[in-house]
Amino acid sequence: MKARLVLGVGVLTLAAATGLRAQDGPGGGPTAVEVASEGREVYEQICQACHMADAKGGSGAGAAIPALAGNPRLADKDFGTTILLKGRGGMPWFSDILTPEQMAAVLTYVRSHFNDYKDPVTVADIERLAAL
Amino acid sequence: MTDPSFPQSRRDLFKMIGAAGGGAAMYQAMTTLGHAAETQFTGPPRLSGAPKGSSVVVLGAGLAGMLAAYELMQAGYKVTVLEYQDRPGGRNYTIRGGDKIVEVGGATQTCTFAPGNYVNPGPWRIPHHHRTLLHYCKAFGVELEPFIQMNHNAFVHRSKAFGGKPQRYRDVAVDFKGHVAELMGKALNAGSLDDKLTKEDKDKLLVAMREWGVLDKNMSYTSNLAVSGQRGYDKAPGGGVGGAPTPSQVNGLSDVLSSNVWTQMGFYFNYVMQTTMFQPKGGMDMIGKAFAKRLGKMIRYNAKVTEITQNETGVTAVWEDTKTGQKASTSAAWMVNTIPLPVLNQIPMQVGPKLQAAIKAVPFNGQLKIGIEMKRRFWEDDYSIYGGHSFTDQAIGLISYPNNNMFSDGPAVLLGAFANGAGAFQLTGMTPEQRIEAALAQGSVFHPAEYRKEFISGVSLAWSRVPWIMGCTSRWTEESRAAHYQNLCAIDGRIVLAGEHATYYGGWMEGSMLSALDAVERIHKKASAA
Repeated sequence: MKARLVLGVGVLTLAAATGLRAQDGPGGGPTAVEVASEGREVYEQICQACHMADAKGGSGAGAAIPALAGNPRLADKDFGTTILLKGRGGMPWFSDILTPEQMAAVLTYVRSHFNDYKDPVTVADIERLAAL
Repeated sequence: MTDPSFPQSRRDLFKMIGAAGGGAAMYQAMTTLGHAAETQFTGPPRLSGAPKGSSVVVLGAGLAGMLAAYELMQAGYKVTVLEYQDRPGGRNYTIRGGDKIVEVGGATQTCTFAPGNYVNPGPWRIPHHHRTLLHYCKAFGVELEPFIQMNHNAFVHRSKAFGGKPQRYRDVAVDFKGHVAELMGKALNAGSLDDKLTKEDKDKLLVAMREWGVLDKNMSYTSNLAVSGQRGYDKAPGGGVGGAPTPSQVNGLSDVLSSNVWTQMGFYFNYVMQTTMFQPKGGMDMIGKAFAKRLGKMIRYNAKVTEITQNETGVTAVWEDTKTGQKASTSAAWMVNTIPLPVLNQIPMQVGPKLQAAIKAVPFNGQLKIGIEMKRRFWEDDYSIYGGHSFTDQAIGLISYPNNNMFSDGPAVLLGAFANGAGAFQLTGMTPEQRIEAALAQGSVFHPAEYRKEFISGVSLAWSRVPWIMGCTSRWTEESRAAHYQNLCAIDGRIVLAGEHATYYGGWMEGSMLSALDAVERIHKKASAA
């Protein structure tokens, strides 16, 4: 199962890189930007770009970036995992930016810090859904 | 006597083929004869004969929406354009002094650049083969100037190469080429490739490697005046008694490999990145403004679309004036909908399940750009850098030097960041002040003595937080193309989608415009048949 996940990540990374090549881009090749491993730091470095520092999201032109704080859909442990793996609407998948460890860490942080769901999301949870 | 049915020239031939087989046949013929193939543009559509009294409502006054509106207007349709913002252009956008930027989440910036200075936070360079865009620029009198794409004298920086010290692109690119040529020569001379080549081709390739790599008589890449003729000198050639140059020292293969310079070399080989490139004088939004001028009062600004319904005879957009809160609706026989998908997927719209699914299947990338105003053009005065890009593997991606007003005094604006991927998320998550600080810290690697000293102000555009799009460019995969692309483009009752997301040319204005032309031609055909 683990091997399948690793393969899946590799394919997605390649697809993303190919996709970006046709579009305008800075042209410096992949950056050396490293995402932290700790849940709160992953949130600050990646998620809060759209969901905001307070995880309350925000509204735009007849559309909104959903709040993660106080979001009852996150009661389902797999809800956030599926979105990180597959994307949803305007939000892209993050399987080419985050490792399963980082996904588990940040989902655990979002569910426990901005909500009251204390049971952690584990790497095994991520791998189970990635293998589907 | 000439036979009138026989083409006299290639041009006549194309005209005949065009008359007989339509634009597609003409295009195919031109391609066969070695023309075109650079864009699918075959000229403006020249639609005519709109059904009497027929109307179209266009959602979005970006380039796709305005081009659709313009061509449908020419054809005789009554056109209304609804635009959320108080300006035309969409992503065709320029930020100048006095402009205010309000993000989703509320962060607000006011640009303080000097008059005449600007940053293009969206599209900023136009390939010479983007014929649709260039056609309308010329037709509408949008003045274009060269965009300096390739600058051998700009820098390449990689945190783990050369001790973190930026290198001139020219130095590392020439060194990379020289070392690769030397190794190729060694492999050839050792007979390693003898089973792959004829003797004749092997000899030619050895000559090629020697000349291309500027190798010495021993087929080695070494420091000498011939190599300096490409990578520059230690002491440049001069005049008079001290005129003799001295060669520069080539870098070792290992250092050159650590610079990853092949990524930049490959970048410049990309079709969309090849010279010649252009930019409009005075800012990219000159293009959007030129369209808007021709559409005039057809564009209704500050209109936030909240619902879209349709039936057998027409389509209705329900909207709200964002200034007055007043609710209104606009009905028409047809709709060209260019609202970006991250917004459209949250607006209730009466369309079939296939289009609904397609709209939800395409996420958007969230690039970020930063404009930084400096007191003077130190990159020109102190570094001999005139336009072009210095690349880095830090989050900012690059800094890019202005292409206009070279050699002038007074403040000038650099592009201080063009971030994507994880770097864009990191910078976007910061406050506007933190972003500028990060851009200064990272950009200083190229110009350490000047970057902070000459800094005046900066402005950032984080596309993920732009209220009317919440992203920058559509992100298709082979799988989503196969499952959804045709459904996204297909006319659903009275509605057709167009824009950057409905094209194989994502992230380019050319793509948006080709999408719009395709959409209006199909709508016109359907309207004419109805």
